[in-house]
Amino acid sequence: MCLAIPGKVKKIFNDRTAEIEIGGIVKNASLDLIPQVVVGDYVLLHAGFAIQVIDQKEALEIFRAWEGIID
Amino acid sequence: MEVCGTHTVAIFRNGIKKMLPANINLISGPGCPVCVTPIRYIDEIIALSRESDFIITTFGDMIKVPGSTSTLEKEKANGSDIRVVYSTLNALEVARNNSSKKIVFMGVGFETTTPTIASSILKADEEKINNFFVLSVGKVIPPAMRALLESGEININGFICPGHVSAIIGSRLYNFIAAQYSIPCVVSGFEPLDILQTVFMLAKQIEEGRAEVEIQYKRIVKPEGNKIALEKVSRVFKIVDSEWRGIGNIPLSGLEIKDKYAQFNARKFKVEIEETKEFTGCRCGEVLRGVIIPSECSLFKKICTPEDPKGACMVSTEGTCAAYYKYN
Repeated sequence: MCLAIPGKVKKIFNDRTAEIEIGGIVKNASLDLIPQVVVGDYVLLHAGFAIQVIDQKEALEIFRAWEGIID
Repeated sequence: MEVCGTHTVAIFRNGIKKMLPANINLISGPGCPVCVTPIRYIDEIIALSRESDFIITTFGDMIKVPGSTSTLEKEKANGSDIRVVYSTLNALEVARNNSSKKIVFMGVGFETTTPTIASSILKADEEKINNFFVLSVGKVIPPAMRALLESGEININGFICPGHVSAIIGSRLYNFIAAQYSIPCVVSGFEPLDILQTVFMLAKQIEEGRAEVEIQYKRIVKPEGNKIALEKVSRVFKIVDSEWRGIGNIPLSGLEIKDKYAQFNARKFKVEIEETKEFTGCRCGEVLRGVIIPSECSLFKKICTPEDPKGACMVSTEGTCAAYYKYN
């Protein structure tokens, strides 16, 4: 039930909702729980709400480390 | 032990158990909200669904969970108005579009989900939607981890802490496990390499004689969590003792709507609830506590299958029995 997926914020509307792109699909989500996001941020989506901002520096760091292991 | 059901599924799907050396054994814990929701709660929502002026809204996970004698799926087939929603915001939409009906949302979930439920209640209050109600059975994870340790039933050397629960609560709330029980904790992501790295970090702590709370899932989880989400939850809910299916009552592990928002609390509707009946022979409780693995239950794969589940751990795709059935 705690499944959550990453997506990129494309547009932010006045009613605290946003268009979020997830692998080419655009979904609307509430920004009630992380109002500080800006367009271009990656966020974690759960049950129609963005629940956390993804730290891009940390994400890139770990993905590079994994690439090193896989190679 | 991995506490979270989403981790259980990721571990099975990716064959992680088979990659690990024989001396590392991953035990699945109680982290599936569907599985730990008591039968009486299912019976209560079924009783409400039988009233003609109610519409029940729920996450899809709950629809097949067996109550004492029925499921929401069967009630829907019998004519009750039960709707699966993706989000609490969809449940609010149902309320806006059906002003003559009472809309009850099944408030099941852990810390990942409960902020979305709190947010819907605050929104209903703001917009004065007076036909929206929540039957809350929200739960918090750290007290369940304490209860497992206090029971002394199992020997846990390290906790793989839930990633998305921790996105909300942060990592600090696990400090008591490291400090009081000297058990290492690592908050993990859900990719196969996340989980392998977490197991490595736990093994390293054990080898070095350390017991600390570390975060592997740094791209998502901060020590302080999501303060805005936590503030919304504490504004709407109070912490109460709570019944966990298969585990029993755990002090201060549940969420009930505060009196200030009592108008949205579906508990005010008094309906007759049938006598609770657990399926004889079901050992979900021991599975949830990590005491047995599913194949030790005599019902497993014989009369309890994903098509016809007898226990909640087989219903939920994130239940330990369902994961064993599908991937073992």
